[in-house]
Amino acid sequence: MSTLHREITFSEALREAMTEEMERDPSVFLMGEDVGLFGGVFGVSAGMLEQFGENRVRDTPISEAAIVGAGLGAALVGMRPIVEIMFADFTTVAMDQIVNQVAKARYMSGGKANVPLTLRVVNGAPGSAAAQHSQSPEAWFMNVPGLKIAIPATPYDAKGLLKTAIRGEDPVMFFEHKMLYAARDIVPAEDYTVPFGEAALRREGTDATVIAIGGVLPNVLAAAEQLAGSGISVEVIDPRTLVPLDTAALVESVKKTHRAVIVHEAHRRAGPGAEIAAVLAEEAIGYLDGPVIRVATKNVPFPYHPELEKFILPGVDDIAQAVTGVVNYVL
Amino acid sequence: MSLIADDTLYQVLSPTGEVVGSVPAIAPAGHLNLYRWMVFGRVFSDRMTALQRQGRMGTFAEVKGQEAACVGLAARLTEEDWLMGSYRESLAYMVKGVPLAAQLKHWGGYIPDNYPFEARCLPFQIVLATQVLHAVGIAHAIKYKGEPHVAVVGIGDGATSEGDFNEALNAAAVFELPVIFVVQNNGWAISVPRHAQTRVDSFVRRAAGFAVPGLRVDGNDILAMIGAMDTALDRARSGGGPTLIEAETYRMGAHTTADDPTRYRPPEDLELWGRRDPIIRYRKFLMDRQLLTDLEDEQLQDDVTAEFEAAVAEFEALPPQDVAQHFDLILGNPPPQLARQKAQILNEQ
Repeated sequence: MSTLHREITFSEALREAMTEEMERDPSVFLMGEDVGLFGGVFGVSAGMLEQFGENRVRDTPISEAAIVGAGLGAALVGMRPIVEIMFADFTTVAMDQIVNQVAKARYMSGGKANVPLTLRVVNGAPGSAAAQHSQSPEAWFMNVPGLKIAIPATPYDAKGLLKTAIRGEDPVMFFEHKMLYAARDIVPAEDYTVPFGEAALRREGTDATVIAIGGVLPNVLAAAEQLAGSGISVEVIDPRTLVPLDTAALVESVKKTHRAVIVHEAHRRAGPGAEIAAVLAEEAIGYLDGPVIRVATKNVPFPYHPELEKFILPGVDDIAQAVTGVVNYVL
Repeated sequence: MSLIADDTLYQVLSPTGEVVGSVPAIAPAGHLNLYRWMVFGRVFSDRMTALQRQGRMGTFAEVKGQEAACVGLAARLTEEDWLMGSYRESLAYMVKGVPLAAQLKHWGGYIPDNYPFEARCLPFQIVLATQVLHAVGIAHAIKYKGEPHVAVVGIGDGATSEGDFNEALNAAAVFELPVIFVVQNNGWAISVPRHAQTRVDSFVRRAAGFAVPGLRVDGNDILAMIGAMDTALDRARSGGGPTLIEAETYRMGAHTTADDPTRYRPPEDLELWGRRDPIIRYRKFLMDRQLLTDLEDEQLQDDVTAEFEAAVAEFEALPPQDVAQHFDLILGNPPPQLARQKAQILNEQ
């Protein structure tokens, strides 16, 4: 293995992105709860305090509204803050700051204000974390003009998308799935970015398009492999960013396969899949040979009991079953 | 600084205009400038309300009665300092440097150019108290960059009940930031009186709970406001951290033009606070010191009225707001979807 293309974890990829951007640009800094000495509750910022000092890796009081609001204030005067929200469930405490302040600061200043603020938000069900530590609320923010939303599924994308977020002029909700932190991948050591609004083709196929959002990608690829054994060829597309959404890539794939299944860990009702299904209905209805199916978390709060949690999450079999159903669908 | 709150009311001019405290160092021209802004504020508030009644202006929030607090909280800031507030700080924004023309556009529903960043202000906050957190963030950036500037934020007494206010005071104290919180205690949160908002008798005591030094000031006394701001600005610029200033004043008008205060306000309040009018007492001080004559005062009144009317005439001659412009204001790096929506709007026009 070359030294430039090492295998590192998703978590290390994020740390590299932050570290390299902070080395490159003194206006970048990190703040959040327990991000300093403790290195973040998931260890993403481990060692950064030692490297950059507490002025640039800042532990904050337990005040999500204050962290986001202060991040906005700093962004408005030329800083590029990275703010960690320990659990996506806690965005509710900062909702006014995110929805009414961060997302609207540029608009309400007549387009004058740059808001280079990156909110790193930890989402996903990690196994028995229950109702207030497991949610994937991406769709709440898709409904708010003025925010961009990145949701990487691989270490390579985690690093490249985070760099794009930090260097951009707009606020970004950057969702990191807890179960991906340990995922490993070949990641270049040299500088690179991944653009927003460009989907990644994860597997080529001809019979059905499966659109996989964030943390479900490993399950979707496992299901595709399983289906290949029964003669169904699945194309897997990873949008990588929900706002902007690469609708062209999704439509192109559906034109080829004529079938679409959307998989995400957000709750099914009005989740990101609802928007994507609507886009396919608007732009690709003539190419579809069956209904657009969503495979997502059932519409109940996340349970504590591991068996219950497994029951409500979209598993490999759920995905394979949905794809089989839509492939065998007769008009 | 003792963390036991000293809530003695700081006053330089009594309501009748007698000097009862130490007058801050202000040149004669500086005095007249402060007075001009206060008189302009009264004209601005009354005329904007009248224009709204005539259907010529959008919803407006009056500043009548709070001219000393508004002018005082902004007058001593440098161009590099930052100021943010709610709709009640409109006059303070103009003192800081936001042009009247931009204010008229803002209240009139236009998207003003450069507004209000050119004067280092943030757009008026509508969701109350959120601006206090932005001040903390700006102060954090100022400290990080090692600049000698200060972030000043205005907030009403009602908005101190919001969580954001409390989170901001705590964070400012923990990070020892150069920020000044100015609570314009005008007695009312729309229709809810001060005593129904909090049982703490002074907001300075709230600040003490966060280890933030406080100053309780007669907010209808421009010279006390200036003196208090000088103290707080010196502290912030010399690394001494945040200060809370409670400006005791009174909202002589309505909350906004959508409100009718006669439904809840005892009429005797207006008589009481009318006797404490900030403009009357300062005028007496200036005349006692022979800085102003009756004739000059009348001329000043005419001048600021003419200035306001000229700006209104310009505002009313503006072409209608360009609808498609909205799509250019949302993101710095806009995705193609926004461009498509904009094109659609243009086609439909």
